[in-house]
Amino acid sequence: MTAGTAGTAVTAEAPGRDAADAAAQAAREAVFDAAVAADERIEPRDWMPEAYRASLVRQIAQHAHSEIIGMQPEANWITRAPSLRRKAILMAKVQDEAGHGLYLYSAAETLGVSRDELLDKLHSGRQKYSSIFNYPTLTWADVGAIGWLVDGAAITNQVPLCRCSYGPYARAMVRVCKEESFHQRQGYEALLALSRGTEAQHAMAQDAVDRWWWPSLMMFGPPDDVSTHSTQAMAWKIKRHSNDELRQRFVDIAAPQAEALGLTLPDPDLKWNEERGHYDFGPIDWDEFWDVLKGNGPCNDQRITQRRQAHENGAWVREAAAAYARKHTGQHGEAQA
Amino acid sequence: MTTTDTTGTAPAPTPAPVAAPVTDPAVTAAALALGDDALVLAQRLGEWAGSAPVLEEEVALANIALDLLGQARVLLSLAGDEDELAYLREERDFRNVQLVEQPNGDFAHTIARQLYFSTYQRLLYAALAAGDGPLTGLAAKAVKEVAYHQDHAEHWTLRLGDGTDESHRRMQTACDALWRYTGELFQPLDGLALDTTALEAAWLDSVTEILTRAGLTVPTGPRTGAWRAGAGRQGLHTEHFGRMLAEMQHLHRSHPGATW
Repeated sequence: MTAGTAGTAVTAEAPGRDAADAAAQAAREAVFDAAVAADERIEPRDWMPEAYRASLVRQIAQHAHSEIIGMQPEANWITRAPSLRRKAILMAKVQDEAGHGLYLYSAAETLGVSRDELLDKLHSGRQKYSSIFNYPTLTWADVGAIGWLVDGAAITNQVPLCRCSYGPYARAMVRVCKEESFHQRQGYEALLALSRGTEAQHAMAQDAVDRWWWPSLMMFGPPDDVSTHSTQAMAWKIKRHSNDELRQRFVDIAAPQAEALGLTLPDPDLKWNEERGHYDFGPIDWDEFWDVLKGNGPCNDQRITQRRQAHENGAWVREAAAAYARKHTGQHGEAQA
Repeated sequence: MTTTDTTGTAPAPTPAPVAAPVTDPAVTAAALALGDDALVLAQRLGEWAGSAPVLEEEVALANIALDLLGQARVLLSLAGDEDELAYLREERDFRNVQLVEQPNGDFAHTIARQLYFSTYQRLLYAALAAGDGPLTGLAAKAVKEVAYHQDHAEHWTLRLGDGTDESHRRMQTACDALWRYTGELFQPLDGLALDTTALEAAWLDSVTEILTRAGLTVPTGPRTGAWRAGAGRQGLHTEHFGRMLAEMQHLHRSHPGATW
């Protein structure tokens, strides 16, 4: 039997090859582990464990998706912004978010996935975006509260990512964090103007903070004892701090800022703990968190429907650009297929 | 509205729209008209945020909207307080051309509107920048922005016109539908020493050349606007405009005297 003979021959050779492969694999893993241990950056052409690659794709894609879904709650107020100055600031911010989405999809593409694939996963619900964007912007003050709290939480999360072990992600985060800090200051300043404005404006600001505070704390993810990805992500130096550490850091920064704003945070248990050197705060409603994550938040359907519609309504435009690029090869090749 | 109202009600706005004070009422009226054009089109483009066909266009459309809003702020500040003018005038007081208030429609309609308007703005600001009138400084800055806008519109006109059968059909429909609003762009504006006849001829040349290159037919219908050419400049608008304004002004009007 030819096949049998061939099989035997392969089997006879196999132990040697397996051993060589295993040794090569062990050597690659050792180089990778040493690079991570030495705080060196992993670059796209470097060898990396498949699980590391998959974990980064998941995280960067989710981050990119959050930027583009996150445009919606704020874009909701562009046409209604109450002064031309605020309108300009908000437009610039939403534009920056689209830009952040672009950097992050590019960073994900260095790992061997395409933006189209990732968008497809977003549209079909196979990849997630930050749970915070499933809450509605009901008043103008929400735009300020998002800037202050949501961007503030994002920055607390993202600044350590500037030192993430994967180079393209870390470099994208440096740019993203600079712009986010700017947005956060503008959000704070917008809320301050409301807080010090008329009685109605102050009430509007307080109501927005009341609605956005807890969802912002949920942005740091589940508590450490149930966070599935954290341990490995920290070992790989993708993450540098645990969810609970970052959440505490955020509360410590936000609590005195709320006071300076002249607004209260909706947590009767929030108080400075001299002994710990941190603010204590009340329990988070994790049922709500998991519910929103499962798709049952106030705006989950609306957000994903708008995103899908934008994509579907734009299909003929992308097809036109691709057809034009084919006809005029070399010109305008930047068009998206 | 006085022409030198710099006291305003808002606390020092952004490193604000700086412009030399204008005292000639005809120039003020022209600044108001051009400012209204830019403001209204910025508002329309702002409606695209979160719904563009590709992420790159989210960035581009927002970028163009921001440029236009910046122009609007400078121009309105020449005529008075920018927020009072934007938020507290009624529909009949707005002086924008009817072209810019037309709904976004599909992407082809937005691009056709952009092509017609940005070609006009590019020629207008080039002419103003070359002169020595009161808007020269503003025009010199704006001409760089509108050159980018026109380039963007031109490239999309080519892609859509010469892309697929469907994109061609949509682009032709859009160009035809908006054609009637283009005559108004060339009504003389008192206060600006502009040769509007030459401006119109240059505009027709440029638009004809681009549409032809895109394989599109240059529309032949009337260019009289919804009423008659020049109506928008006199505060006579299309029905789309009132709704747009209601949305834009609602919050500001709900809190009289508040600062933001």
